[in-house]
Amino acid sequence: MMNFKNGIELLRLCQANQLPISEIMKIRECALAETTESELITRMKKVLEIMKHSAKTPIAHPHPSIGGLIGGEAQLVNEHRLTGKSLCGPLFSKAICYSLAVLESNSSMGLIVAAPTAGSSGVVPGVVLSLQEEYDLSDDALLPALFNASAIGYLAMRNATVSGAVGGCQAEVGIASAMAASAAVEIMGGTPKQCLDSASIALMNLLGLVCDPVGGLVECPCQIRNTIGATNALTAAELVLSGVKQMIPFDEMLETMYNIGRRMAPEFRETAKGGCAAAPSVCAACATPIL
Amino acid sequence: MGFISIFDVLGPNMVGPSSSHTAGACSIALLAHKMLDEPPSQVEYTLYGSFARTYRGHGTDRALLAGVMGCSTDDIRIPHAYEMAQAQNLTWKFICNETETEIHPNTVDIYLTGISGKSISLRGESIGGGKIRIVRINEIEVDFSGEDNTLIVVHRDCIGMAAHITSCLSQRNINIAFMKLFRENKGDRAYSIVEFDNNVPEDIKEKILEKEDVEKVMLIQVREG
Repeated sequence: MMNFKNGIELLRLCQANQLPISEIMKIRECALAETTESELITRMKKVLEIMKHSAKTPIAHPHPSIGGLIGGEAQLVNEHRLTGKSLCGPLFSKAICYSLAVLESNSSMGLIVAAPTAGSSGVVPGVVLSLQEEYDLSDDALLPALFNASAIGYLAMRNATVSGAVGGCQAEVGIASAMAASAAVEIMGGTPKQCLDSASIALMNLLGLVCDPVGGLVECPCQIRNTIGATNALTAAELVLSGVKQMIPFDEMLETMYNIGRRMAPEFRETAKGGCAAAPSVCAACATPIL
Repeated sequence: MGFISIFDVLGPNMVGPSSSHTAGACSIALLAHKMLDEPPSQVEYTLYGSFARTYRGHGTDRALLAGVMGCSTDDIRIPHAYEMAQAQNLTWKFICNETETEIHPNTVDIYLTGISGKSISLRGESIGGGKIRIVRINEIEVDFSGEDNTLIVVHRDCIGMAAHITSCLSQRNINIAFMKLFRENKGDRAYSIVEFDNNVPEDIKEKILEKEDVEKVMLIQVREG
């Protein structure tokens, strides 16, 4: 049976079968969920379609969020890039823009794909859609990236957590970033080992990140944290594809993240009682009730 | 832990902003809709914990209202649930209970009445990532997720009931994934909850109802095929 419990087993399967992570994940699903590859592809195309729509609609048609804290940020970043003044170039600028946009869709009750959660739903689309445009990739070429990302997310759900209430933002945006980092490496032709190293680096950079939503809403700082998840993923992929070594394997990084999460005080785990949610200017702004 | 699918990671496809406060709330209400099995005319919600404190900013109210009208988590009509309810002559009421603390933080009670006057009450918990649990039906403590096709048989607690249900199912060649019995007291009303991997024919309800002591049969179909 083509199943795996951790990164080491995943790598072993990739090596034994000479297949990328995306293929192993598809074979696993076909066997365990009694489904077919064509059904998986149909469902993943739907996922990609929703990601695209949620990442692009708010750029032309921004909507204020239901909590009233965000709206219009993706459009600003897009306009800035179009003036030619982008500081970090089109790939990073687009990754920032799309990840902001998905969170705008999310917070205005638009349709999104939780990836792995709603609060971190902008990271994976931010990375794969910016790569698509900058490297002229077809939709079909993006599907392996999404299957690859789902393998990393599966390991996190199985062996740790992707819930901000359990492990803080490192478990949401941190894992989303690891998923996107691995996906970016597969899309750009890296090896399965490089994918896992990239995921490990991305997660390492976000260890300890707290979940501190202002007013308890999925708006601030969630939206902007998604941009750091996306750009961090691209940075991790760039490092690994350049040949930079990662000393700590993904499985250990995941366990490290989980251990930190479990020791985080409750005010830093989605309770809206600490971190940014407790900053004085935020408390003053939220004195006008929005909830 | 059960099987984790690709689409548990990249999913659910959902109307935002929160998997627990929006998608989970919608799923609980959708189960109430399926259990009622007729158009709703009146609904009352009691919200507890975090649901009670933050429901407006998370669209929990709209998700709960859309769910009892049959919307699933990815239905783009969810933001317009109030207008939809008005158009369908569905009346609603939200009550916040912030005093009860011995309860899962994202809990809702739904009292749903249909156009024929039949009604159902249930308590659901949104346990994270859009996953839910139904923990009470009509005052009896139960436990099921509604993720799989589920048969709920309301009956008097008596000898031979499990045998009757399983024989009806085996005659139709239906494999049981899980079966649980919940009851208040010996000999009183009980709930048998059966979960399946595959689809279940609708007429199984009548077959099970043939036995006296069976009060009601509800079938929640989630998956096609």
